[in-house]
Amino acid sequence: MYKYDQYDQAMVDARVEEFRDQTRRRIAGDMNDDQFKPLRLKNGLYLQLHAYMLRVAIPYGTLNSQQMRKLADIARKYDRGYGHFTTRQNLQYNWIKLEEAPDILAELATVEMHAIQTSGESIRNISADQYAGAAADEICDPRPWAELLRQATTFHPEFSYLPRKFKIAVISAKTDRAALRWHDCALRIVRNEAGEEGFEVYAGGGMGRTPFIAYPIRDFLPAKQIFSYLQAILRVWNLHARRDNIHKQRMKILVHELGEEEFRRQVEEEFQNFLALGTDFPQAEYDRIAAYFTPPPFETGLSEEIDRSDPDFALWVDRQVAPHKAPGYAIANISLKPIGGIGGDITADQMDVVADLAERYSFDDLRATHVQNLVLPHVRKADLYTVWQVLREAGLADANLDLVTDVIACPGLDYCSLANARSIPVAQEIQRRFADMDRQLDIGELKIKISGCINACGHHHAGHIGILGVDRKGTENYQLLLGGSGAEDTSQAKITGPGFDEAGIVDAVERTVERYRDLREPGERFLDTYRRVGLDPFKEAIYG
Amino acid sequence: MGSSFRFRDDTPHEEPAVTLDAFLEQEDATAVRLEAGEDARQLIPYLDRLQLIEISFPRFRDGRGFSSARVLREAGYKGELRAEGDVLIDLIFFMRRCGFDSIVSEHSLNPVDVDAALNRYHHVYQNATDNAVPIWKLRHG
Ligand code: HEM
Ligand code: SF4
Repeated sequence: MYKYDQYDQAMVDARVEEFRDQTRRRIAGDMNDDQFKPLRLKNGLYLQLHAYMLRVAIPYGTLNSQQMRKLADIARKYDRGYGHFTTRQNLQYNWIKLEEAPDILAELATVEMHAIQTSGESIRNISADQYAGAAADEICDPRPWAELLRQATTFHPEFSYLPRKFKIAVISAKTDRAALRWHDCALRIVRNEAGEEGFEVYAGGGMGRTPFIAYPIRDFLPAKQIFSYLQAILRVWNLHARRDNIHKQRMKILVHELGEEEFRRQVEEEFQNFLALGTDFPQAEYDRIAAYFTPPPFETGLSEEIDRSDPDFALWVDRQVAPHKAPGYAIANISLKPIGGIGGDITADQMDVVADLAERYSFDDLRATHVQNLVLPHVRKADLYTVWQVLREAGLADANLDLVTDVIACPGLDYCSLANARSIPVAQEIQRRFADMDRQLDIGELKIKISGCINACGHHHAGHIGILGVDRKGTENYQLLLGGSGAEDTSQAKITGPGFDEAGIVDAVERTVERYRDLREPGERFLDTYRRVGLDPFKEAIYG
Repeated sequence: MGSSFRFRDDTPHEEPAVTLDAFLEQEDATAVRLEAGEDARQLIPYLDRLQLIEISFPRFRDGRGFSSARVLREAGYKGELRAEGDVLIDLIFFMRRCGFDSIVSEHSLNPVDVDAALNRYHHVYQNATDNAVPIWKLRHG
C-alpha cells in the first residue's frame, strides 16, 4: 500500500491549515456561504437536511487497519458512532459540526487520509477495482496508476474550478467491478501486441438526470502519456462546456453535443500540445509508486482445502469468497447489507473488528467497493472459517453478495435535501420481502439500485432493477426501471411505465422477479432473460 | 471597493484594454480584454505586440479563464496577464500557477490573507505555467 513521504504529508497538513483558515474567515463573516460553499465542498463537506456531511476520500478504495481504526475513532468522537460507505468507495459521516470539521481533517491527516476533492466541481477521488492486486483475472495492479493520477490531479491549478464534477475509474481486468463506463473518464489497462502497457480510454459517462455510458475514445494510449491525455480531455471540456445551466455542464453533455468524432479530434489536438509541455510523470516516479504495491509475501505450499462441514459457513463461502491469484488464498467480501439495515452503514465497533481482521488475516489490507461492501483481499483459505466466525459475531456475515438483498440505496429523503422520496425504507422492505435465503439463491444474481431523485446517487440507471424516487403532486412516488448494468456488459435501464407508491413498488419488484422465474432458461441471470425477452413480458406482469 | 495585486516589476501598462472583436479589427492596440468563453487562441498571432491581456472572471465558479491563461503562456506570451472580476482569495494561488501576474478583484481582499494563501503550499504535484518544481522532480533530482 502507498505510504506518504514528507511531501505528501506536508500537502495534507497544509490543506488542514488552509481549511481551518477558510472556516475561520467564514465564521468571521469575511466570506458569505455562497463563497464558502465551493471551498467546503472541495473538502468533502456537504450541507444535508439535518447537519453537515463529511465525505472522506479512500483513494482507489484501499485502506489499512490503522486508517480504519481512525475512521472508527472519528465516528465515535465527532459523529454518532457510525459511518457510511458510498458508491464511490468513500466514507461519509452524517452528523458533523462545521466548527469541528478542521479537527477531523487534522485527525485524518495523522493516518495519511484526507477529504480533498471528494465533492464539488473538481477532479474527484479516483476509484478502482476493489480486487486490485488480488484478482485472478487482472493484467496488473491498477492502483499505481490511480495513485499517480491522484497526485497529478490534486490541486491542479487549471482544473480546480471545473464546469462540474469529474470522476475517474481505473481497472485492469476484463471483469468490471468498478462501474467503469459510468464515469466521466474510464481507464482500463491493456497490453498491446508488443506487450506494452497502455490504457483503453472511455470518455463522457455519467449518471444524473441525463445518463450516458462513456464511449471509447482511444483503443490504446501508451501508459506513460496518461496525464497528458487526461489534461487534454479536461481542457477541451473546461474551455467549451456550457456555464449557464448547472444541469448541462457535465462532460457527457459536451461530448454528446460536439459528437464523439469532433470531441476526439479536439482532444487529440490538445494532447499533442500537452505532450510537448512535458508534464507527464517520469518512469522513475511510476516505479517509485509501483514499489508500494508489490504483492505481499504470500506463503507457498498452502492447502486449497476449505472445510465446508458447517453449512452456514459453506453458504457464506459460496457467496462471499472470490478466487485469488495466489494459490491457497482467497478474496473475502464482507456484506454491509444486513436484512433491514441501512446499506453501507457500519458502526465504529464493526470498523474496529474489520480492522483487526485485516491486520491479522489480510496483510493489513482492506478495500471498499462501489456496491458499498468491504473486502479482505488476501485471506488464506485455511483462515476463512475463523474470519467468518469473527464476522458473524459482529453481525457482518451476511451471505448476499450480488443477490436481490444486496441493494444499493442513496440516502434519500431521510438525509438528503434534494430528495423526492425515501430510498432506505424501500431497500429495507425489498430485503424483508426476499429475506428467505433459499429464495434469494434461487433468484440468483440480481442487482437492485435505488435513488431518491433524478441525481442518481444510487445508480438506478445501472440497476438490473432500478428504482427512482419522483415527486408526484407532493407525494412520494417510485418509477421502476429494468435492464441496466454497471459491469462489463454496461447498459442503461429503461423505465417500465407509470410509477408506484411505496408498497406498490415493492410489489412491482416482486412481480418482475416472479416473471423472470417463469421465463428464464437454465443458467440465465435476470439480466440475461430480460435481454432475451425484452421489456414487454415484464410490463405485462407488472401492470397486468 | 475592489483591490488589485500585481506580481511584475515593470511599469503598469496604461492603455485601456479593448474587446477581442475591436482588437482583431485594430492593427495597433496593445491591450485586450477576453470575456469568459472567448477563444484565447485567436490572439496567438499577435502575442509579440500585446502588453496586457485581461481575462474576465464573471463568476468565481467559472474557471474557463484558467485554461485561457495557460493557452496564452504556452504560446509564449510574456506581457501582463490579468485576472479581473469575481476573484476570491482562494483562486489566486491557482491563477498564479496558470500564468496570471496581475489580479484586479471586485472584492476588497485582505492582503495578509492573500499572502497567506499564496504561501501555504510549499510544493506542488504537477507542472503548470509557473516555475514551481513538481514534487516528482524533487523526489528524483
Ligand atoms: C447530501 C447528500 C448528497 C447530495 C446533496 C448529493 C448530490 C448529488 C447530485 C446533485 C448529483 C448529480 C450530479 C450530476 O448529475 O452532475 C449526484 C450524483 C451522484 N452522487 Fe450524490 N449526493 C449526495 C449523497 C451521495 C451519497 C451518499 C452517495 C453514495 C452513496 C452519492 C453518490 C453519487 C453518485 C455515484 C452520483 C452519480 C454520479 C454521476 O452522475 O456520474 N451521493 N449527487
Ligand atoms: S439521488 Fe437524489 S435523493 Fe439520493 S442522495 Fe442523491 S441527490 Fe439525494
